[in-house]
Amino acid sequence: MNTWSRFNIVSVVLGFAFLYLPIVLLVIFSFNESKLVTVWAGFSTKWYVSLFNNRGLMDAAWVTIRVALLSATIATVLGTMAALALTRYTRFRGRLLFSGMVYAPLVMPEVITGLSLLLLFVAIGLDRGFVTVTLAHITFSMCFVTVVVQSRLLSFDRSIEEAAMDLGATPVRTFLEVTLPVIAPAVLSGWMLALTLSLDDLVIASFTSGPGATTLPMKIYSQVRLGVTPEINAACTILIGLVAIGVIIASIMTKRREVQRQRDEQAAIAGR
Amino acid sequence: MKSLGNIRRSFAPWTDPDAKPFITFRNVTKKFGDFTAVDNLTLDIYHREFFALLGASGCGKSTLLRMLAGFERPTSGEIILDGQDIASIPPYKRPVNMMFQSYALFPHMTVESNIGFGLRQDGMPKNEIAERVAQMLKLVKLEQFAKRKPHQLSGGQRQRVALARSLAKRPKVLLLDEPLGALDKKLREETQFELMDLQQDLGLTFVVVTHDQEEAMTMADRIAVMSHGKVIQVATPAEIYEAPNSRFVADFIGDVNILDGKVSASGNGKIELVTNDGFTVRTASAGAPASGSAAGFAIRPEKLKVSRNAPADATVNAAEGEVWDIGYLGDMTVFYVKLGSGKVVKASMLNAQREVENPIVYDEKVWVSFGETAGVVLKD
Repeated sequence: MNTWSRFNIVSVVLGFAFLYLPIVLLVIFSFNESKLVTVWAGFSTKWYVSLFNNRGLMDAAWVTIRVALLSATIATVLGTMAALALTRYTRFRGRLLFSGMVYAPLVMPEVITGLSLLLLFVAIGLDRGFVTVTLAHITFSMCFVTVVVQSRLLSFDRSIEEAAMDLGATPVRTFLEVTLPVIAPAVLSGWMLALTLSLDDLVIASFTSGPGATTLPMKIYSQVRLGVTPEINAACTILIGLVAIGVIIASIMTKRREVQRQRDEQAAIAGR
Repeated sequence: MKSLGNIRRSFAPWTDPDAKPFITFRNVTKKFGDFTAVDNLTLDIYHREFFALLGASGCGKSTLLRMLAGFERPTSGEIILDGQDIASIPPYKRPVNMMFQSYALFPHMTVESNIGFGLRQDGMPKNEIAERVAQMLKLVKLEQFAKRKPHQLSGGQRQRVALARSLAKRPKVLLLDEPLGALDKKLREETQFELMDLQQDLGLTFVVVTHDQEEAMTMADRIAVMSHGKVIQVATPAEIYEAPNSRFVADFIGDVNILDGKVSASGNGKIELVTNDGFTVRTASAGAPASGSAAGFAIRPEKLKVSRNAPADATVNAAEGEVWDIGYLGDMTVFYVKLGSGKVVKASMLNAQREVENPIVYDEKVWVSFGETAGVVLKD
């Protein structure tokens, strides 16, 4: 069962190649001396230098980061509030409708979300730019936060909130000192999800952005249409690196916490 | 009803007509939609009393406790604590603390900060908090666990943290919701006595909710037996057991044989009734139901005597039957005796002698007899 048959090796290699070959190529060619993306002409880091000197790309990156941070934060606040309302007040009128409507953007084609937001912004006369992109990102990422936080709240033991109030904590302090710290991991992963979604959104940003608020995915996409430059490869390599580091840290931390928890529980059962 | 006294200690403010109750429920009703959880209930609890609310699940005992804590508001009626109507006071402003069935420890805080939580809410100075927390840790013998988180503790330790946390603020009343429900049997018995000692040492009023009659009998000064949102009887454990006021209470607490019959004569503090099984019961009873009215006679298994020979006066408080089943439990033997009418009564006899030469066996003809003060007449 455990032996590496030839078939197994081939499947693994093919599978991983399918997933990662494009990315590996992209990374390799970001270090290419030549300006031609497909011809290798020796190792160089000059495209990284020129990337940082490319005002257009750097501006776009800066816009993207600001949009992502702001929209993820606001979406997390709103999404957490929606999740609380949906799990706590199970009897209010129209709850079913409300929960359905919160989830709609999950399945809505992005083109439709983008187009309808565009129409709205035009109708109310809001100039397209940084504000509209941020609003649009809040709109579509909020439901993801709600889903993540709601699943945590369903397994939340409400008696600890009652205990806090019983011990003299007002509802606000109960939320801040007990509820929020306990659901914090879910809120944080909701925030991370919203951040990632905002960072790599192209379609909705294309609809709702305006002059001076070009996001990085939009910039890359428009440049690629004129021909791929190794600068883009360098930009993408940096992005991949950041994401990879983030994922690795997150999984190591989760694993460690789990191991620690198991050890603690065994120690407790053993009565030490 | 003649008082059977208090077995544990001479503490009985409820017998003193001048004593002022500490907690009063007056005509309290709580409805959840169409369901009435607590039904026009009136109840007094006294200062320093260990009071138990006993009943099957869904009888309204937990709702009553939650109303006292402030998590539920009564639909009507008033709840008075120390002279103040608390029905509209939110839980975080009540001088009452609760120990939860699930313990409800804050998972993200250490044992120390769990215990100090309530004190921090009150804005107590830090050094005083530390002092009080240390004192509480000592009280529940968890000094060396101060820095642990709840998931690093065993069930019994968690229970003690929950107890320390609910006592840290020195509440006027401590509410305990099934405090021992999650512990195993041995630990439960130990903890029962710990709780009783604690209650006495601290001089607090404890209100405990439980479905375990043994637990209530052991710990409480008085027990309120509840059913369907109503209190059926409030009395000391001994009174509840020896003088149940109704069929429900007699049946709910311990084992009981109930023999139905008709009152044939009453007077001089005694009642005679003829049971449907055809024998005559003469028993001491304060009430005097009219002759001819239907009544039940309740008698506990340990108060029935099983013997081969007919008692001296076999015309009253004695019946003949045959042994239907025998359960040997070591310390005692339980006989199920089938009376002439086919009714089976349960009798338990202490095995006071080590060797039994000639034990009673299956299908043997025996006499079941009892004294005049052994049973109780139930009027309903």
